[in-house]
Amino acid sequence: MRSRWSYVYFAFYLLLGVVLLFLNNDLSKAVITLMNIIIVLVPLIGTIFGVMYYYNSKEFTELLLAQPLKRSSIFLGQYLGVALSLSMSLILGLGLPFIFYGLFKSTAIWDFSLLLITGAFLTFIFTALAFNIALSNENKIKGFGYAILLWLFLGIIYDGLFLMSLIMFEDYPLDKLSLLGTMLNPIDLSRTLILLKLDISALLGYTGAVFKQFFGTSFGLVISFGMLVLWVVFPLLRILFKAKRKDF
Amino acid sequence: MVSIQNLHKAFGKNQVLSGVDLSIKEGGIFAVLGPNGSGKTTLIKSILGMVIPNKGTITIQGQPIKNNSSYRQHIDYLPQIANFPSNLKVKELIKMIKDLRGKTTEDERLIQLFKLDPFLDKKLGTLSGGTKQKVNLVLTFMFNSPLIILDEPTSGLDPISLIRLKDLIQTEKAKGKTILITSHIMSFVEEISDEIVFILEGKIYFKGSVSELKTKTNQPDFEHAIASILTENHA
Repeated sequence: MRSRWSYVYFAFYLLLGVVLLFLNNDLSKAVITLMNIIIVLVPLIGTIFGVMYYYNSKEFTELLLAQPLKRSSIFLGQYLGVALSLSMSLILGLGLPFIFYGLFKSTAIWDFSLLLITGAFLTFIFTALAFNIALSNENKIKGFGYAILLWLFLGIIYDGLFLMSLIMFEDYPLDKLSLLGTMLNPIDLSRTLILLKLDISALLGYTGAVFKQFFGTSFGLVISFGMLVLWVVFPLLRILFKAKRKDF
Repeated sequence: MVSIQNLHKAFGKNQVLSGVDLSIKEGGIFAVLGPNGSGKTTLIKSILGMVIPNKGTITIQGQPIKNNSSYRQHIDYLPQIANFPSNLKVKELIKMIKDLRGKTTEDERLIQLFKLDPFLDKKLGTLSGGTKQKVNLVLTFMFNSPLIILDEPTSGLDPISLIRLKDLIQTEKAKGKTILITSHIMSFVEEISDEIVFILEGKIYFKGSVSELKTKTNQPDFEHAIASILTENHA
């Protein structure tokens, strides 16, 4: 089940990569288009696959629980299985067409690798969040509902609220707040990271300059990646915590 | 072998086990009985560490089971409902469990015994309930563990397989193993068990042999003895 879908996912990215390169005829433009797709699609696929896999392998989990295995290794194994295979599909599916197009000779290679790295991070983050939701909800329908809601919130609603708060408090200095707001949402954080790397931050105006000052430096980059790592680690710890106390 | 002290478990507001004390000595067949929802499966799953008790301790072979997983190496467990991943083949499942728990050669003998050969290449999702139960039995009995836990082992089995299962349980007992069984088929329990543990409303109501139960309840046969406990306590 899992492997069949990850092949489909891989084929999808392969096709996407080829089509984008063909249409854009330019590496860096293709990277920008890809960013817009990845930022939305990767979290969605990670959430859906994570929840789906957990519920589908429930029987299997129960079988494993009666064996001499640690609970933490059972759930960690399942999580890594999903997250790694999704990330591999993403990296190989997009990587192959770009390599054949001549990525290594191009200047876009760093932008592209950053894109893949954040994509992999987003996969790990959202799969972990999905496992959390599935572990806490016995009811499949509810679990799926919450998972979609989470994706919708972080992907779309958060941005809306964020923008509204910026408009409401526009009389105050907001650069610190907007920085913080960006850091707290992994999707926004990834988007900002890539945009700034692509050197189109001039489009962002004054805030863009503040952002550039922060994210552009190596300090900002380290902090941002630190945030992404935290977004993986905390949900993971909760998975282990929950799994230890759950009745099957 | 197994010792349980003051075990409590509630699922939400539903108090299932309230202070179970039980010790099971090594060797012999023990039947855990009780009406539906009395906590038999919860008790068994607590022993396996699948259900985490709210209070109380369980020790198996002198080891406390809390935060421990290696003790399960010494337990063979037959789950009540055979829920297997439906996309795996029977052969693959058997191989996988062998990989997890170590080598055994018993599986071939058991496959022969339950006539599972024609199903080895079929997917588990396509098997009938009884055939799944046979696969379940093969998985349980193929390892040589000192403690065997069977949750409703008879469900879905045809008469011939039932006879084979009884023989199998008796041969395991002869090896000096401890076998824990739950079942609703009273004739089956009466025939094979050495001792009975009766659970009622989350507590051990009776522990002893079948004849002791008959004298206690003044009933001539086992089935009526059980029925009299239930009517006395629920009427």
